Amino acid sequence: MSNYKSVAIVAAVAAMLSACSSPTKLNDAPVVEKPPVANTAPPADTSRDIRPVETGNVDPLNDPKGVLANRSVYFDFDSYVVRDDGKPVVENHSAFLAKNKQRHILIQGNTDDRGGTEYNLALGQKRAEAVRKSMAALGVADGQMEAVSLGEEKPKSTGSGESAWAENRRADIVYQ
Amino acid sequence: MKKLHTLLFSATLLMGTAAHAQLSVEIAGVGSNQIPVAVAAFADESVAPEQVSAIIRADLQRSGVFKVIDARQTISDSASVDMAAFKASGADALVVGSVKRTADGRFEVRYKLFDTVKKSQLSQLGDTVSARNTRLEAHRIADDVYEKLTGTRGIFSTRIAYVKENRAARDYQLVVADADGEGEQIAAHGKEPIISPAWSPDGTRVAYVSFELRKPVIYVQNLVTGQRTVVANERGSNSAPAWSPDGTKLVLSLSKTGNTQIFIVNADGSGLRRLSNSNGIDTEPQFSADGQSVYFTSDRSGGPQIYKMSVGGGQATRVTFKGSYNISPRVSSDGKTLAWISQREGGFSLYAMDLASGQELRLADGASEPSFSPNGKYIMYATKGGGRVALAVVSVDGRVKQRLTTQAGNIREPSWGPFMK
Repeated sequence: MSNYKSVAIVAAVAAMLSACSSPTKLNDAPVVEKPPVANTAPPADTSRDIRPVETGNVDPLNDPKGVLANRSVYFDFDSYVVRDDGKPVVENHSAFLAKNKQRHILIQGNTDDRGGTEYNLALGQKRAEAVRKSMAALGVADGQMEAVSLGEEKPKSTGSGESAWAENRRADIVYQ
Repeated sequence: MKKLHTLLFSATLLMGTAAHAQLSVEIAGVGSNQIPVAVAAFADESVAPEQVSAIIRADLQRSGVFKVIDARQTISDSASVDMAAFKASGADALVVGSVKRTADGRFEVRYKLFDTVKKSQLSQLGDTVSARNTRLEAHRIADDVYEKLTGTRGIFSTRIAYVKENRAARDYQLVVADADGEGEQIAAHGKEPIISPAWSPDGTRVAYVSFELRKPVIYVQNLVTGQRTVVANERGSNSAPAWSPDGTKLVLSLSKTGNTQIFIVNADGSGLRRLSNSNGIDTEPQFSADGQSVYFTSDRSGGPQIYKMSVGGGQATRVTFKGSYNISPRVSSDGKTLAWISQREGGFSLYAMDLASGQELRLADGASEPSFSPNGKYIMYATKGGGRVALAVVSVDGRVKQRLTTQAGNIREPSWGPFMK
């Protein structure tokens, strides 16, 4: 019994010593290196091509066909109420802003060029404010919007006459 | 810089000679009220870059107050004058003078004004100025003639500020020029609109509204140093700045409460305080001459009308009642006259009201953005014609009109600067 024990210990110690002194690794499994490319079948040209994946995250603001592409709300003469044809514009942007709290907009009110510079600036403010209030009612946070006026200074249409004036009675939603 | 051209308003009654056609004026119903004054050529005035006597003649003529008579001779201030001969030719007053080049390249301009009726000297001036200031010196002499003969200070040496814009090229300039449109200098320029310039009472600064931040923001700019201060950049729109008579405060319009309301602020932008309190639009505030009240435009009764309130706050009293659209109040420096724009029968016209009697006078049609001359005798305004916006001047009695245009683009939003020392 004791002899077997001694042999076992000696063998174990010998193995340990051997492990300490040997430069070779205990785990001797051979490293399988990939053979050189030349030794395998030539790859097809398409092996470096990448197949793109559509993530569905295209910025809707940059989609020219999307509902957010329309950013102008038009007003009747001497009116500061969002018309029915402007309501979808207000609703679409409100929905987007309510979901995207990090986005901020300027609402720029405009008037036609009849009347005084400063009074028109105040009237343009009323239009911007009408859009701002509508959007607030639809859940857009106050901190996401600023209503300002450009008055008669930045007309979309530079002509005169009803069609040009109608084009300039407008509030624009400008993303920042 | 480029000069403005003073064009003929209409060919009612042309005064003066062809050489000064660009300063021609329309005068209606003046007749014997004009003071006949002869202006002689100044001795040796050809040494200076500007013909001093010609500028004086043009200034006096443009005022509509004088019947300018060409003396047809050169008379120095040192010569003895045959006043009886001028009296006989119809002149009640005579202007003579001389120009001398000094050793340091400047010009000594001397002048004398005679009363040919009383055969006495009324005034004299003598100044040495740089070449570029000879024109200004001529305006100062014209101012002196005007004051000595009418009792009212002249405005020929004052300056105006206005906006020159070319929207197609996205070019907007705040321009300062002499009151006759000469000597244009650009004070600010950029790609976004500038509106509502207003001179400080001391003439060193101009407050204005710029859209360079994609919204209207009020700046005060020192004209000499070019230094700009943001006076109001509150949430919403900031506009319609106007100075207090002592130059320490501005009244302005802000939309920070949702609707456009009138506020008062120190000229450095500190101490902002709300003045008006309505549910609608209150804008275009202007201090009264004594600084105790503020005139403004409000739609509290429906359409825009002009109101007046104490600078301390409180109830506003309505000032305009005729017509459904009255805007842009401006008060003369003596506090007696209110100028404003009223829409009657479609068009926008410039009106003046004697505040004591309430008597109204229609001064010009197709007008906007009025600005009083510092002596209260003239009003400059913007007017449309030929598809362009130009500036025009009308006397407060409505009898004299002038028009200033440029070769391209629009000029609008005039602000007449104060008297300068």
